[in-house]
Amino acid sequence: MSAVLEIAGLQKTYRSRKGVRKALDGFDMVVEAGQVHGFLGPNGSGKTTTLRTLLGLIRPNGGRMSILGREVPQALPEVAGSVGAIVESPQFFGNFSAQDTLSLLADAGGVPRTRVFEVLELVGLRDRSKDRVKTYSLGMKQRLAVASALLKNPKLLILDEPANGLDPGGIREMRGLMAGLAESGMTVLLSSHILGEIQLICDSVTIIAAGRRVAAGSVAEVLATHASTSLRVRLEAVSDLTSSAAALRDAGAQVVVEPDHLMVSGLAQPSAVTRTLAERGVYVSELSPVTADLESVFLELTGTAPVQGENRQVDQTVMSGTAPAQSGGWGR
Amino acid sequence: MSLYTAETRRLGKRRFTKFLLGGVILVLIAIAVGMFFTNEKNTPATIAAAQAKADSEFQAAVRQSATDKQTCVAAQGTPDASNWPTNCDDVYQPQTSDFQAAWYMPATFDFREQFPNMITALAAIVAVAAFVIGASFVGAEWASGGMMNLLLWRPRRLQVLSTKIGALLSLLTGFTIVLMAAWTGVFALIANLRGSLDTMTSGAWQSIVLMELRGLALVLVAGAVGFGLASIGRHTAVAMGVAVGVVVLLQFGLYIVLAMANVRFAEVVLATSWATAWMDKTVTITDWNSCNFSGNNGCEPNTLDLTWHAAGGGLIALLVVVVGIAMWTMRSRDIT
Ligand SMILES: Nc1ncnc2c1ncn2[C@@H]1O[C@H](COP(=O)(O)OP(=O)(O)O)[C@@H](O)[C@H]1O
Ligand SMILES: [Mg+2]
Repeated sequence: MSAVLEIAGLQKTYRSRKGVRKALDGFDMVVEAGQVHGFLGPNGSGKTTTLRTLLGLIRPNGGRMSILGREVPQALPEVAGSVGAIVESPQFFGNFSAQDTLSLLADAGGVPRTRVFEVLELVGLRDRSKDRVKTYSLGMKQRLAVASALLKNPKLLILDEPANGLDPGGIREMRGLMAGLAESGMTVLLSSHILGEIQLICDSVTIIAAGRRVAAGSVAEVLATHASTSLRVRLEAVSDLTSSAAALRDAGAQVVVEPDHLMVSGLAQPSAVTRTLAERGVYVSELSPVTADLESVFLELTGTAPVQGENRQVDQTVMSGTAPAQSGGWGR
Repeated sequence: MSLYTAETRRLGKRRFTKFLLGGVILVLIAIAVGMFFTNEKNTPATIAAAQAKADSEFQAAVRQSATDKQTCVAAQGTPDASNWPTNCDDVYQPQTSDFQAAWYMPATFDFREQFPNMITALAAIVAVAAFVIGASFVGAEWASGGMMNLLLWRPRRLQVLSTKIGALLSLLTGFTIVLMAAWTGVFALIANLRGSLDTMTSGAWQSIVLMELRGLALVLVAGAVGFGLASIGRHTAVAMGVAVGVVVLLQFGLYIVLAMANVRFAEVVLATSWATAWMDKTVTITDWNSCNFSGNNGCEPNTLDLTWHAAGGGLIALLVVVVGIAMWTMRSRDIT
């Protein structure tokens, strides 16, 4: 497999009157051909910034990027025809109809106008294509945006939070559309913070937090490497919970004490739990493995799991140092 | 080329463009109709009537003068004498040259004399419209995010902006040329029906055409500057704000301050002085407070001539600066 998209060491610092903000801090990403690749990160982690930089809308402060094997932004004029993109719920000139909007883009990009009707059909806007865009709902605008990205029949499709504003039916259709596109050989890069979505349709993911990559690979790999599968341990007597937790910690496990059970991770074998506790005369009433889903891995890796009694601020993540968010619900 | 076609279509599809150009045409029609009805052709009858009117006014003045002289003579030695000249022969004697028939004629449209003002009016109206159309064309694109979308298709930013401005300027050129041709035709007709074309020589026609070309240049600069300002500010309102700011601060504010401070030739700061200089080739600003006394002519005030060369230089400088900054910001800015 060849890489359709490669990013290495990407840096971007926004400068404004309010000061400087490091949005990307040596970010790396690789997307292989034919994949549906999920690009995950909490709000403000730099997803949109990455995509804007990639598409030549903003200038990076450092790092290298290539699309379809060509260095960008230098080769962008040549590769632009093969890259369809929407960046952060794009807006369109409200007084034009969807059809006008798309046909103007088609003219500008040298795409035959018949393609306009195909994509309108594809995103389900056929019957409303003569209405002015300003009369559209958010979800309809989102569909139009996807249509504009598909207009070029691109080799690489980049969608920044395409599920924004879509109804459940729309989200499912979008999923079907993407699966179909990937099947036809298109590479799709999908940024999102809706993890269920990503887990359902993506072959591989990159997780970003505070401008850096914190995990990458196929969904299964990421789950396997980063989800320290843990055990739910219930005891005969709830009063033994605290002392048992201490004993398990002595044995090298990470333990979270819940009101009526323990969450134990970091032990090679579940039998280590029963042995340790049995040695102290404590007996286990339930021992069940809990497999992590992408959401838990995401929360752990990005350090954005909610903590009771705290209002997490957007920039508090695992990378920010000052964050109290290190302590997720896990592995305390 | 495909981009150029798309941009021309985009500009033409905009309702704002259509409304504004339609509005310009309506205003111009109103002006032409007004000129048609307020002017009349000189016929032998109107000339005779005017001559008769002038004659009778002259006679009335002569009679008035005679009674005045009698009153003056009668008043000699009475307190009323102070109201009259010491020498009663100095009482005003009307001359026939003071009562010319021409002054009693109804307004007539002398093409050579009056059409240049009509060109200036047309150029001014179209220039204002061009500024607004140029500003909203690119301003709406920036504000709506359409520009960003377009750049995903055509990443060469300078090419995109140049193509847009090219489409704008060619539309304005086409529109203005057609309008000026029609304007000339309509007023030639008005002159024919309601005045005269008799004094037009080929040299006069040539200078009319040159003036129309200067008007076209004014329109194009206005359009490009509106476009440039809106692109720099990424919003139509920025261009409008700058225009209003310049008018309020420079035109009213600065001019009033300078005039109150008795600064000489304060009119130099008025954009209208420069625009008139550009259109009429020269504008003379007079400092009425000055006096260069000479035996023959009495007081001669100081004057300052603004030439069309200087005005043209100013227009080019404005164009280069605004469009240059627009291009530079387009090249270097982060589009977020
Ligand atoms: N134009 C901008 N000026 C200054 N800071 C910005 C700008 N755009 C984004 N940022 C900052 O950069 C960081 C990353 O933003 P973004 O890439 O939009 O995040 P995401 O898309 O992952 O939610 C955020 O902290 C955001 O506040
Ligand atoms: Mg975003």
